[in-house]
Amino acid sequence: MVSEEKETTLWEVFIQPKNGLSHRHCGSIHAPDREMAIISARNVYSRRGEGQSIWVVKSIDIVSSDPDEKEENFSSDDKIYRHPTFYDVPDDVGHM
Amino acid sequence: MAREQNGKIASLEEFQEKINRDEKIEPKDFMPEAYRKTLIRQIGQHAHSEVVGMLPEGNWITRAPTLRRKLSLLAKVQDEAGHGLYLYCAAETLGKSRMEMTQELLSGKAKYSSIFNYPTPTWADIGAIGWLVDGAAIMNQIPLCRCSYGPYARAMIRICKEESFHQRQGYEIMLTLAKGTKAQKEMAQRALNRWWWPSVMMFGPSDADSPNTENSVKWKIKRYTNDELRQKFVDAIVPQAEKIGLVVPDKDLKWDKKRNNGKGGYAYGEINWDEFWRVVKGNGPMNNERIAAKQKAWNEGSWVRAAADAHALKKQTALQAAE
Repeated sequence: MVSEEKETTLWEVFIQPKNGLSHRHCGSIHAPDREMAIISARNVYSRRGEGQSIWVVKSIDIVSSDPDEKEENFSSDDKIYRHPTFYDVPDDVGHM
Repeated sequence: MAREQNGKIASLEEFQEKINRDEKIEPKDFMPEAYRKTLIRQIGQHAHSEVVGMLPEGNWITRAPTLRRKLSLLAKVQDEAGHGLYLYCAAETLGKSRMEMTQELLSGKAKYSSIFNYPTPTWADIGAIGWLVDGAAIMNQIPLCRCSYGPYARAMIRICKEESFHQRQGYEIMLTLAKGTKAQKEMAQRALNRWWWPSVMMFGPSDADSPNTENSVKWKIKRYTNDELRQKFVDAIVPQAEKIGLVVPDKDLKWDKKRNNGKGGYAYGEINWDEFWRVVKGNGPMNNERIAAKQKAWNEGSWVRAAADAHALKKQTALQAAE
């Protein structure tokens, strides 16, 4: 009986707590379409005024990097000149 | 082959070092198969427990004694549904589909917390569940907020934030009954008598008989053993019972200053493990009813799922035609 039904679409849910802050990932939800995804996301992830705006995105539409390629993608150890501490400035110049 | 083998050992060591450094494991990171399996089993059981846990309390929504109590109970049961969903999501990140999990619950293959196989004959049982069962769940869940698997830890943080209202509403029900008429106080005491031992058993078998504990502690899925958590629970609940004039039904309960590394704690009586295993194996008072209720809900909800799919398809077709 269960196996005859297909898996419903999986959506990732993002909530913006208030203006000025970014939408933040908070979990996922199953729903057949976007309207129902928004309603379910509200019911599941916002029962106590957690936010003022919800985004839902189909999980399969998210493209993500490979964690094994972290070095190639994110290493910045060899680019220390991108950080302010790389530059020598006399102490008495004050905060810069 | 040898090289592949070495590579595997290297990643296993790296994995363990990452855990030792208290770094989180995320879905796409390397993880040993046994770690994945342990998590799928634990998160799945946890999710099923939240969902089945709605049944004993749902039993009293229509008969809550006041509107205030009814609102609280509705909100609590809705929270349990939400908690089940957060947890199913976390299990899905490990590659287990929602449909598979649903199927395992409905077929009776999957386990859920045995506590929900006990009946709720009186309103006081709702108080006892909130106070004791949610109290025990919180003891278990707070350390899980620091679990090594990111999605599980994040779900647990949300759950724990919401769960504390559950325990307070339960204790308030018990407090109100305990301050009420003689009959009300007796009802509260009888509910405590019914729920005490099953709640103490919620932490699972003794450490000596808990085969999954060792790996789970090493992988920082579990931060405390079953017996450590059980002790914390007993120590927390006994004074709360005293405060409202109810008696914990254990004649061997006494203060033992040697417990908790000399800080003191309550010694408690022998747990009836035969009962524990009987209920785990499916022969508790309500095992069949719980699964039957879930199957009925699933079958009767099938037209709702079909209608939602049909509606989605219709809207999609209309949208495409408009383009």
